[in-house]
Amino acid sequence: MKLKFVKALAVSAVAATTALTGALATAQEQFIPILSYRVGLYAAGGSGFFGGAIDYFNLVNANGGINGVKISWEECETEYAATRGVECYERLKKKNGGATLVEPLGTGIAYGILDRLPADKIPMTTLGYGRSDAANGQVFPYVFPLITSYWNQAAGMIKYLGDKSGGMDKLKGKKIVHLYHDSAYGREPFPVLEAYEKQLGFQLIKIPVPHPGTDQNAQWLQIRQANPDHVILWGWGVMNAVALKTAARVGFPREKMLGVWWAGSEEDTIPAGDAAKGYTTMTFNTPGNYPVIDEIRKKVYGANKGNLSDKDRIGSVYHMRGITAAMLWVEGIRNAQNKYGKGKVMTGEQVRWGLENLNVDEKRQRELGALNMFPTIKTSCQDHEGSGAVKVQVWDGKAWKAVTPNWVVGDRAMIQKMVAESSAKYAAEKKITPACLPG
Amino acid sequence: MIYRESGQYKTSYLNDSQIFPIKQDRYAVLAFIAFAFLAVPFIATPYFFSAILIPFLIFSLAALGLNILTGYAGQISLGTAAFMAVGAFAAYNFMLRVPGMPILLAFILGGVCASIVGIVFGLPSLRIRGFYLAASTLATQFFVVWCLTKVPWFTNYSSSGVITAQEVKILGFHFNTPEEKYLLVLAIVCVMALLAKNMVRSTVGRSWMAVRDMDVAAEVIGFKIMRTKLTAFAVSSFYCGVAGALFAYCYVGTVEPDAYNLDLSFRILFMVIIGGLGSILGSFLGAGFIVLLPIVLSYIVHVTGLPNSVTSNVELMVFGALIIFFLIVEPHGLARLWQVAKEKLRLWPFPH
Repeated sequence: MKLKFVKALAVSAVAATTALTGALATAQEQFIPILSYRVGLYAAGGSGFFGGAIDYFNLVNANGGINGVKISWEECETEYAATRGVECYERLKKKNGGATLVEPLGTGIAYGILDRLPADKIPMTTLGYGRSDAANGQVFPYVFPLITSYWNQAAGMIKYLGDKSGGMDKLKGKKIVHLYHDSAYGREPFPVLEAYEKQLGFQLIKIPVPHPGTDQNAQWLQIRQANPDHVILWGWGVMNAVALKTAARVGFPREKMLGVWWAGSEEDTIPAGDAAKGYTTMTFNTPGNYPVIDEIRKKVYGANKGNLSDKDRIGSVYHMRGITAAMLWVEGIRNAQNKYGKGKVMTGEQVRWGLENLNVDEKRQRELGALNMFPTIKTSCQDHEGSGAVKVQVWDGKAWKAVTPNWVVGDRAMIQKMVAESSAKYAAEKKITPACLPG
Repeated sequence: MIYRESGQYKTSYLNDSQIFPIKQDRYAVLAFIAFAFLAVPFIATPYFFSAILIPFLIFSLAALGLNILTGYAGQISLGTAAFMAVGAFAAYNFMLRVPGMPILLAFILGGVCASIVGIVFGLPSLRIRGFYLAASTLATQFFVVWCLTKVPWFTNYSSSGVITAQEVKILGFHFNTPEEKYLLVLAIVCVMALLAKNMVRSTVGRSWMAVRDMDVAAEVIGFKIMRTKLTAFAVSSFYCGVAGALFAYCYVGTVEPDAYNLDLSFRILFMVIIGGLGSILGSFLGAGFIVLLPIVLSYIVHVTGLPNSVTSNVELMVFGALIIFFLIVEPHGLARLWQVAKEKLRLWPFPH
């Protein structure tokens, strides 16, 4: 074991020196800082997500880069802490010709650097978290909550539950429990759920779970007494596995539980063991295998450049999210190159334009080897989200399987109205005049 | 030889009661402050300002606040981050709801709100001490964060419970760039550190120390326990509140209540313990240690070129080992280490 570790150190040191000299040889590279977290409470998610992104970068580079422009990156450990994240961002933003985009995968860090983005002219993506109202690109020109936000997810949940019951009107009189992590994150969907409650006439019962949520007996007793038709699990970290185990103990069917996507990875269900079987969650990736993942297996892991130490995690939920994120960034850069010059290194401003005019349709997805892996995306200045579609997946005891064949979209008009209201309030507070940035 | 104090006679009470009785110290500190004000803004990079110097100063101020309570008055507290949160959210609401509110006044009022909360949650200290008091201040921590997420009024009905700090403007001057914010934070920290230093040398500070060393004896010689303990809570929370407001306004800009979590409280407690309990200088040294060391370490491990999954863990391990090392070598903190060095220096090169 020890020898193996020493050997790994030696090998990686050699690999790193060659990589370093390689980086010096080619100055023309698109630099992307990776604010990753590989230690601490959330390391399981962080290593999967950022591992996926780096694997995709390696694949792009192995295939000759983006029109010949190779991607370079540097990691900085944030430990999921806002202060460390801000330091990493400041450290890397000017490096190697300047950062072209950033993705911290952490709400606290995202908020910490949000105000710095316009001055630094660096776009930030927040896939599946962060401010839902940042979808309005007129107020948040540099923030991209790509694919879908919390609000659209909540709307998608209600849509799915309605369809499951046989029509939205069938939800009338039903009981839905919102079991949430008692933090800003857990409260995020309140406005959406409350609006639906009024509109559809179901009864919404909100039950908070204090952080970290290792004991939920009281909450599940309450749920048992209320006997709801559905339980929405808006959990985070260890809370998810505990919720599943407690539900099993009190005999609440897991089929009636619908988790948020941060409660829908292997890291959440495997610790719960058999108790997780039949549990459904939201997701913005369709679980399964795709040509692009096979290519990563062959070209990246085959060449021993893979980022995950455990090869079984290839194609896992977090890994796939990382690949998706990196794919969208690369598409944004490619898009910018089409406008500002192919084969050139793009600036942050140019990449911002590229992300704002993204159009990844099914044809493009097929070319990327990722048909249906994530919803089709078409962004604009008014819509930095580009999709709002979600999917539901079920844990069969061994792997995640898609439940809904098609992408689920909630009441987008309602969400857009809420986004407009909320972002207008932000603009007023910060004295921003909403406007699209010129290309 | 340079550190000779021969010929420096204290001929008046004024001379005797100076903060830095040795001339060399006085000049060194003045030069250092002048350097921080006049030279640093020209030589440091924006990265230095916004990622190292500003957080260092803000955490120093928070550590100073906790040091007053824990180091001088002997009341252990795990609620530092909560007091910071009160300061930040109070300052935000004053700025939001009172038109034309000057920002410095908002910081002060934020500190005052934190003091009030501090006094209320300091009440149990009259009956309990030690670990039991730690448990009750832990309640502050959870209560405040819970309250801020629960009551939407505090966050101006933001659905995610996040506040965005308003612009910092004093007498028409906008503090936008990292340099300007650094100077503002530096000025506030300098003034407050000077106040704290003088406070702990005055009657108030002496009463705190008397209570810390033995509260029954302090009561016998005439200190009112209740007043002493509650002023310690009030002053400490005031410092923490101002630090929290600066954290929001001059450092991160947009904050959620969760940013002020228990983790932050512990970090500040570690700063105080490592820096030195009952020492103003110690608060700065401790903050420097906890804020800067991980950054320095991450640079060092990065150069080795190991894969990131390894470096992240090595970083944490080395950091932990260094903390233990320093506590074994000098359980009284870095400030004590400095004091010992100074004693030696005064005698050098002829230590009898």
